[in-house]
Amino acid sequence: MSAPSTRGETRLVPDRLQGRAERLLKSWEALLLAVAIAIFALNVWSSPYFLDPWNLSDATFNFTEKGLIAFALALVIVSGEIDLSVAAILALSSTLMGLAMSHGAGTPEIVAIGLLTGLACGAINGMLVSGLGLPSIVVTIGTMSLFRGIAFIILGDKAFTGYPVDFAWFGQGYVWWVFSFELLLFVVAAILFAVLLHATSFGRMVYAIGNNAVAAQFSGIRVERVKFLLFLLSGLMSGLAAVCLTSRLGSTRPSIATGWELEAVTMAVLGGINILGGSGRIGGVVLAALIMGMVTFGFGLLNVPGIVMSIFVGLLLILVIALPKLIGRLGRAKRKA
Amino acid sequence: MKALFRHRELQLVAVILVMVGLIALRFPTFVAPASLGNVFNDTSILIILALGQMTVILTKCVDLSTAATLALCGMVAAMLNNLYPDLPVLLLVLVAILTGALLGAINGLMVWRLDMPPIVVTLGTMTIYRGIIFLISGGKWINAHEMTDSFKAVPRADIAGIPVLSWLALLVIAVMAVGLRRLRTGRAFYAVGGNPHAAVYTGIDVGYTRFLSFVISGALSGLAGYLWIARYAVAYVDIALGFELDVVAACVIGGVSIAGGIGTVYGAVLGALFLGTIKNALPVINISPFWQLAISGSVIILAVAFNARAERRKGRVILKKAEVSA
Repeated sequence: MSAPSTRGETRLVPDRLQGRAERLLKSWEALLLAVAIAIFALNVWSSPYFLDPWNLSDATFNFTEKGLIAFALALVIVSGEIDLSVAAILALSSTLMGLAMSHGAGTPEIVAIGLLTGLACGAINGMLVSGLGLPSIVVTIGTMSLFRGIAFIILGDKAFTGYPVDFAWFGQGYVWWVFSFELLLFVVAAILFAVLLHATSFGRMVYAIGNNAVAAQFSGIRVERVKFLLFLLSGLMSGLAAVCLTSRLGSTRPSIATGWELEAVTMAVLGGINILGGSGRIGGVVLAALIMGMVTFGFGLLNVPGIVMSIFVGLLLILVIALPKLIGRLGRAKRKA
Repeated sequence: MKALFRHRELQLVAVILVMVGLIALRFPTFVAPASLGNVFNDTSILIILALGQMTVILTKCVDLSTAATLALCGMVAAMLNNLYPDLPVLLLVLVAILTGALLGAINGLMVWRLDMPPIVVTLGTMTIYRGIIFLISGGKWINAHEMTDSFKAVPRADIAGIPVLSWLALLVIAVMAVGLRRLRTGRAFYAVGGNPHAAVYTGIDVGYTRFLSFVISGALSGLAGYLWIARYAVAYVDIALGFELDVVAACVIGGVSIAGGIGTVYGAVLGALFLGTIKNALPVINISPFWQLAISGSVIILAVAFNARAERRKGRVILKKAEVSA
């Protein structure tokens, strides 16, 4: 049984559908889990300090804040758009929090300002993309300069320090034993985003838009409104990450979180989110966050400089997309032969 | 008159003239010929990069690795100059250009052969190329006294009263203007971006054309790399960090459509000059250089909104009668 496809290849119809177990085993997440376990084992083997519970707890800070951003970014990417301004939103939120602090604001106000700044920045992106119908890649390259630029205008070459003592809890506090508040936040966000994307009609709309925005429009989905909400969400999560990072570092410079947009995109893509939109799952992003965090931490224990780690991130981003294509091509060539 | 102003290039010329005029009202020295020549000279590197970037954007791709390519090629040239001071400068320039072309080819191959989204490829190579600078230089700086005088002298050298740097920019402008307009390959860039499917039917290899555009962008970044290092007489890992945004901005401001297929050499050059004028004017009118980033950001957003409007107007009503009766 074969049906001719438009590309001239013959497409085989399988005798039976894949079973649930088989599908799970062959999934991207299964591969990620295997990689995560391998990297964990490699870390244990290469450094005697890795398995210490407090060390592991420290390691989670390598991915919690970036993960928070990556969850929202994943949704944006599934809908077929992209947000490159996330790190700049973080920088602006952090700067405005510092500004509020220097004018005597207390912890609740500082946190509120951080989150509201994120929301406002997200709203600006959303209005430009869905309101004016502009391509999100250029818009967010523009707002990336704009938001970080405003941070530079406010701070110049100075820094905000001296945040209130109780503000430090968001980034440095522990909920129970070695489990930090940030880790709790990461887990809660992961669950919320998984439910939102996989178990609500909103999530189905996001997939529909990413697969075919025009068809989605004709089937009654308010495409522009959903996209606006997604950018709003992305801004809010960047603001939340700003609260965590600022609290953890205890200071703000305008260059804070430089290059994080790359890491967040890498996290999403490594997690199996299709960069062209339409597919991917939150579970994959969680695993990708774990993998990247562990690799960064492992390299850190081995005294590898930061810029070498960034080579690794770049390679990872490219390989994750290139390898499946190469393997698929090899598979096709074999079938033809 | 109205039709005349519909041209993006003329609008830009008008905006730049108004801007320069306003500055001249308060600071007349800014419009002295020497000062304006200086603005062009300062913008030369941006112009060269923007023309490479434009070729890529015309084919519906984007090259975010230009600044990293520039820095890596510049570092290679500077290290060779430092290690073998006897090598002729021309050879070093060639090495920089070829290194750039090679780096661009790597980007292009992934886009062509593996069908990968260009934004992901170049976002990845952007960090990889920068990381490689660290690996080959060990994170060390190469300072002015570690370069030979002839290496540093080329961009500054004077031909007919104009520095070589400006001459090179003019040369690149001329070659690109003729090439994109007259050569078959030049037209292919437009065809591929305008309508990839139609391009296939006219016998154009879409993937290969994209590959070529990345090679051109890389080669021009390589040339710009040598010029940057020689002009500022210092090479280190973070050179031109974030400059790719200025380059994309210059293109977008110049009316190059990010959706591909639309854009002219003169537009991109004017876009670069617009940014260059702002950059040079800020210190003159006493505004902190920290404003620059926010200004280019706002200008990008304004320009892309403007482009979208201009492109939308291009739609044609094919069924006029049906439209009227409906």
